[in-house]
Amino acid sequence: MAERICRALRDGALEGEHAPALTIKDSNESPFGSLLFNHVLSQLSSFIVAQKSQSQGIVLVALSRGPLYYEQLFKSKGNNIASSNKWIKVLDCCTDPLGWRSKLMESGRIASLTPGTSTRANLYKNVKDLNKLLLAIVELGKELVEDGKGRFAVAIDSVSEMLRHASISSVAGLLSNLRSHSQVSCLFWLLHSDIHETKAIAALEYISSIQASSDPITRPINGQRANSEKLPFLEQNLRGGKIHIRFKRRNGRVRLMSEEFCIEQSGIKFTPISSEAEMIAQSLVPKVQFNLELSEKERNDRAKVVLPFEHQGNGKTIQIYDGRKSPNEDRAEIQYTSAEKVQTVTDSGRGEIIYFRDSDDEMPDSDEDPDDDLDI
Amino acid sequence: MDVQVPNLLDDALGGGGRVVLIEDCVETSGAFVLHHFLKRSLSPNSSDAVIFLSFSQPFSHYDRILRKMGCNLVVRRDNKRLLFFDLLMLNSLGREEEKTSEDLLLSLYEKVHKAVEICSSPARNITIIIDDVSLLEVAVNCLSNMVLDFLHYCYSLTAEFGCSLITLNHEDIYSSLDKSSLILQMEYHADVVIKAEPLSTGLATDVHGQLTVIDKGLGGGVCNSGKICNFQFRIKDNQIEYFYPGSRT
Repeated sequence: MAERICRALRDGALEGEHAPALTIKDSNESPFGSLLFNHVLSQLSSFIVAQKSQSQGIVLVALSRGPLYYEQLFKSKGNNIASSNKWIKVLDCCTDPLGWRSKLMESGRIASLTPGTSTRANLYKNVKDLNKLLLAIVELGKELVEDGKGRFAVAIDSVSEMLRHASISSVAGLLSNLRSHSQVSCLFWLLHSDIHETKAIAALEYISSIQASSDPITRPINGQRANSEKLPFLEQNLRGGKIHIRFKRRNGRVRLMSEEFCIEQSGIKFTPISSEAEMIAQSLVPKVQFNLELSEKERNDRAKVVLPFEHQGNGKTIQIYDGRKSPNEDRAEIQYTSAEKVQTVTDSGRGEIIYFRDSDDEMPDSDEDPDDDLDI
Repeated sequence: MDVQVPNLLDDALGGGGRVVLIEDCVETSGAFVLHHFLKRSLSPNSSDAVIFLSFSQPFSHYDRILRKMGCNLVVRRDNKRLLFFDLLMLNSLGREEEKTSEDLLLSLYEKVHKAVEICSSPARNITIIIDDVSLLEVAVNCLSNMVLDFLHYCYSLTAEFGCSLITLNHEDIYSSLDKSSLILQMEYHADVVIKAEPLSTGLATDVHGQLTVIDKGLGGGVCNSGKICNFQFRIKDNQIEYFYPGSRT
């Protein structure tokens, strides 16, 4: 299913239509948005290098991770870094987003070169100005395509960083302009859903045609407050999660899909959702020194217990206790309960809870008016 | 000779070069974790350096505590293994010099950058420690977005110079309803989150609280399964004892 996203981005925009736009969402409970972003970026890069994609290159707007991080990522995926300039341009909005470094370097207060700085990236020093950012992205994209007429993809990591520096309307405007640009083939961005208002997330989701959100596999059961009780769930959620994908079609129809993923050394691995996930959630009991689980026999015995309530649903006449009984009813009830007791003696396989009402001990006095003690 | 005894906290943390966030609360202070990191980084068995930005306590406070733990901060400071910045009066200094909050943070970043340049020659592991971020926020008149900008620049330094960044912040001073709270954003950037919390049963004589170490396994461009460790601790005069629940006799 996740590969469908990559294929949709690979195929790009139809003539006369906006470019497909993907929102990758995650949260602190399932913080794998950056890994999903890396996966989509790597897959799209492979399509571009193999010339199987509508886009001829990618402009990567790096706000959250620096260019060195992506160089290492591409190296680990086997991409040729030496030729990467032909198909990827990194707009470095991470190293010096506000121009602090440039100010200090110009005044000679810090050294001009730092050991781990990438020389391939294009430094951008004013992330608050989204108009200039848009121009910078388009300019870099045009450098990637042949004759300045082909199409390019845009990847933004992350829009959450962008929203710290600019308003939601400016960010939405930037994304909308990119999506409707004639040379943009496709567009995808990362968003951390739990640090933004719902309306901001909704505004960005309206712009996107595909949404992929990373969710935890299991959530702690309500009432589990202690860390020791939540640990097994938290640990499982750090090993993988679920991805929920929402495709919006041109005609307005929405298609929903879900998959599971797990984190491996090589990256993310996707699998269809299994029913085991629910079983695992039920079997996650805290690791303590005493037994909290039930054996098969104990489960069977518990199932056989007859609850001491009126609504048994066991085929017998339902009798609702209204608080006052006539003597005739008492006799009938005594016969009923004695019959039941006989039954319980013979039926040794059933569990039983014997319940005595407190009010059964008190016999009502027929001469007494129960309203005598009222003082109105 | 000071021999570093491996303990549960070190086992849970693994290697260096990462962004670590320590979260504590009123009931359980996480300052002892900072002291642990300080001692670990300034071990006589290594040549690692520490850049300490203190908004909370003066140098003498840390010196007193670390001496009892067998680490002489004065000697480390003289050897340039420890660069200590006393920033308790940052706010009033800024007002005197009529600097804006952005100027204050810019000059603070300049100090950190220069310190990293000094410590990186000869090449060695560098740890930047900030105690604590909530007081940095106060120093810049609670402009949390600017604090995040400053921290972003520190994260860039860790990526470029391969140093570690350890910050302490208080989890209970931020509203859970405030979605853009500073601490939530810091959790996103952290590779490891260490939470110091009280026991669910309250304060005890022999057990002073519990630590939960959440290693997301996503740091340094390497993909690993995350792991979580939970253990209890007892603070003594000259050391901290870490142990699993129920394992103390």
